[in-house]
Amino acid sequence: MASQTSALRAASAPAAQNVAIDIRGVSHSFNLRGSALAVLDSIDLSVAAGEFVALLGPSGCGKSTLLRLISGLDLPTEGSITADGAIIDSPDPSRVLVFQDPTLFPWTTVWKNAATGLSARGVLDEQRSRVDDALRLVGLNGFERAYPHQLSGGMAQRASLARALVNDPALLLLDEPLGKLDSLTRLTLQGELLSLWRDKRFTAILVTHDVEEAVLLSSRVIVLSERPAHIKAEFAVDLPYPRHRDNPVLVALRRQILGTLGHET
Amino acid sequence: MSQATQLVRSVAPSLARPIGRPLWTPGLYATASWAAAAIVTKALPDVIAFGSSDLFAVLVGVGAAAFAALAFASPRSGRFRETLDYYGPWFIAIGVWLTLWEFSTAKTGWLPKPFFSAPTGLLHVYVTEWQRLLICIGYSLRLWGLGFGLGAIVGYAAGVALGWSKPFAYWGMPILKLIGPVPATAWIPVTFYFFPTTFDASLFIVALASGIPVTILTASGVGSVNRAYYDVGLNLGAKPWYLISRIAIPAALLHTFVGLFMGLYYSFAVLVVAEILGSKYGLGWYIQFQTNYSGYANVYATIVIMAFLCAGLVQLLFFARKRLLGWQEGFI
Repeated sequence: MASQTSALRAASAPAAQNVAIDIRGVSHSFNLRGSALAVLDSIDLSVAAGEFVALLGPSGCGKSTLLRLISGLDLPTEGSITADGAIIDSPDPSRVLVFQDPTLFPWTTVWKNAATGLSARGVLDEQRSRVDDALRLVGLNGFERAYPHQLSGGMAQRASLARALVNDPALLLLDEPLGKLDSLTRLTLQGELLSLWRDKRFTAILVTHDVEEAVLLSSRVIVLSERPAHIKAEFAVDLPYPRHRDNPVLVALRRQILGTLGHET
Repeated sequence: MSQATQLVRSVAPSLARPIGRPLWTPGLYATASWAAAAIVTKALPDVIAFGSSDLFAVLVGVGAAAFAALAFASPRSGRFRETLDYYGPWFIAIGVWLTLWEFSTAKTGWLPKPFFSAPTGLLHVYVTEWQRLLICIGYSLRLWGLGFGLGAIVGYAAGVALGWSKPFAYWGMPILKLIGPVPATAWIPVTFYFFPTTFDASLFIVALASGIPVTILTASGVGSVNRAYYDVGLNLGAKPWYLISRIAIPAALLHTFVGLFMGLYYSFAVLVVAEILGSKYGLGWYIQFQTNYSGYANVYATIVIMAFLCAGLVQLLFFARKRLLGWQEGFI
């Protein structure tokens, strides 16, 4: 009886697809011409399922490295990272990285780019409609046959988001995805990213340089130190969505975070 | 019709014409230069006879008439007209070239037989030898097609393996670097030992000449693919074969085509040598055969055929590249 109810709940729950990430004592170093370059220094961080966490820190401090470790593309030198308790030791399409550069394959169309995850796993034929859905979700319907070089920066980044969303990720790792866009496109995409997250409820970890972006989107802002990075400060952003940039609480929080980063305003 | 229009019509008729240049002026010059070639051929006496001079005069005369017709009747605009405009200077130059060529060889003997031949002499070769030449073209294309195809396929596979796999690169790259610069023809003595027939030996040499640049360029192409593309693939659940076939290979295609172009030229260059190896037919064999008998007109005529064949194949390859690499247009 109990198992029946839980099965029922699982079936009816709208995409209960998110995952809790637990980072325990993670240190990481690169081997540079024989000498070790430490980039991460005993990071402890728990991200609840469905949470939106932003990572802030000086450039080159190892934020991107941390995302790669969580994705499983690289393995930490020390410590462990788990997803719902299971050790992450290899990349998995349920944890998708979105890079600062769209990194679309220039030799093929937007549609086929978005379909990469499905075709890589050999399930494209059964799930073609998911590609169309994802492209519609990011507003790229009508551009299926376009090639990446025909897209603007914002459209290319949308296509790259669609390529991630097709896989129904339980965890979206965003590595400054809006960092290279012009400020207006950036504002639009921030809004779209937020509504995607509120709609799908995946767990999101966002690396950004933009303090305003961090407080606008995330429920928690983690500030990292200079390399080797450790967690310097943590700020909860207890405000309902959608948030307004001019909200005095946000403005105050922004000033406080900038202070932590060494920029008095 | 307004008075103004009538005035323009009567005073300056050219101003009243629709836009575009009605007369294709270079066509008139081309007519003149081609007609000069026909007249020189027909009117002046031969100092050295090369044969087929009447046919040559008729052909260039027809050419001159065609240019005259085009000069007056070509469309005022459009792609055909643009092509005519673009190649106009070349048409003129070809007529001048034919006139001077015929004059300095057949008509004056300044450039003597057998080392030089007149355009009429080349035409005479085509008229008298066309059957044998056609067979030779067939044989050469068979040898070249099989050799280039084999070289391209094997070279491509080897290039992907070398660019992708570390063990392959470790063992293969030094060998490739050593044998790469050796001219394919230097392997002739060895090929006689290893291959059962001379055709196989020729095939090997042509394949080697085309295969090595394809291998080198494909390997460097696969080796220089942006690592971020592989990260994307790995992250989305791609297995190694997917990374090779759907990321490494398309990403390296531009390099591969450079290799194919180089291979095409190299393989054509060794074709002549490869066909000496006991062939009975083939353009290379024909050139060798005629050289031995001082049939230089035949040699030149064959060289012209080879040049056009090679240019045609290059065009085909360009066409294939445009189809496969259309996405590159945004980058170049």
